[in-house]
Amino acid sequence: MEVLIPYEVTPRRDTGVNNAKLGIWLFLASEVMLFGGLFAAYVFLRMGAEAWPGMAPYGSDVMATRADQILSVPLATLNTMILIASSVTMVMAWASLKMDSLSKYKLYMGLTILLALGFLVVKGFEYGDKFAHHFVPGTNNFLGVYFVLTGLHAIHVTGGIIVNAWFWGPGTKMWKRGTPRDKAHFANRIEVAGLYWHFVDLVWIFLFPTIYLI
Amino acid sequence: MAEDMTLEDVKKHVRVYIGVFIALAILTVVTVAVSLLDIPFYPALIVALLIASIKGSLVAAYFMHLISEKQVVMWVLIMAGVFLIAMFILFIFAYADQEGMALLSDLTGYVA
Repeated sequence: MEVLIPYEVTPRRDTGVNNAKLGIWLFLASEVMLFGGLFAAYVFLRMGAEAWPGMAPYGSDVMATRADQILSVPLATLNTMILIASSVTMVMAWASLKMDSLSKYKLYMGLTILLALGFLVVKGFEYGDKFAHHFVPGTNNFLGVYFVLTGLHAIHVTGGIIVNAWFWGPGTKMWKRGTPRDKAHFANRIEVAGLYWHFVDLVWIFLFPTIYLI
Repeated sequence: MAEDMTLEDVKKHVRVYIGVFIALAILTVVTVAVSLLDIPFYPALIVALLIASIKGSLVAAYFMHLISEKQVVMWVLIMAGVFLIAMFILFIFAYADQEGMALLSDLTGYVA
């Protein structure tokens, strides 16, 4: 027996939006608090620190005065560009469905997934370099903040890849059934997944300058 | 907003998405360029956060369609903002309290 859940696609009269959209925005509001709490911890650890980053770069005896003496700004800049590009391909994937083109959707969603994997590969090189120099989260507060914030963000990227990969592959069965209701339902799922993905991009937009550049 | 969009609306949006992407890329380069200038910490922080806020607003307004989103979504975000500010104020109180105790300890030798 098929159970029909109301307001998955059509907007509710009282809220003006469908339940899926309201649900994802409520989830994102909770994510604002999660990252906001950790960001506040970063601010207060930094305010209380006598020196920041409070350590010498590998192979040096001189204490670093800026995060970019420990972290790789070129790699982080590359990752910023990758994530911005993935946000564009994600929104293009949704727009392709609105233009009734599954093939274009598959192309753009595939690119989104590849770009996200690229982001993780670059992040892997970055972490690998830190570990090779015995720079670990427990080394000092600076590296603790760096690994926790970027690590939590990377977990979010991984979650996004899993969901997007499902919607790229098996999830398209819903669209292929071809009824207007199924197509609208699938496009709505992609819009909701996109909202999450753009939020992940947005978090990185703030992490990049505050951790790497200042 | 997506529920009542026509095909023409979507095509117009696609052009906007490309424009936003170019703006975000340029602003990323500007952020890095500014960080290379030898400016003091607080002005550098303000500039970095200002550019990040502009980039974040572009993503939220155009990619997340907040610019044309319904009021209920705005209220959810306003509530998140209010709670976030409240949390920051609580942290500031805790920090000020700690600093206050340190000052008291310095002045009187009192240890809590």
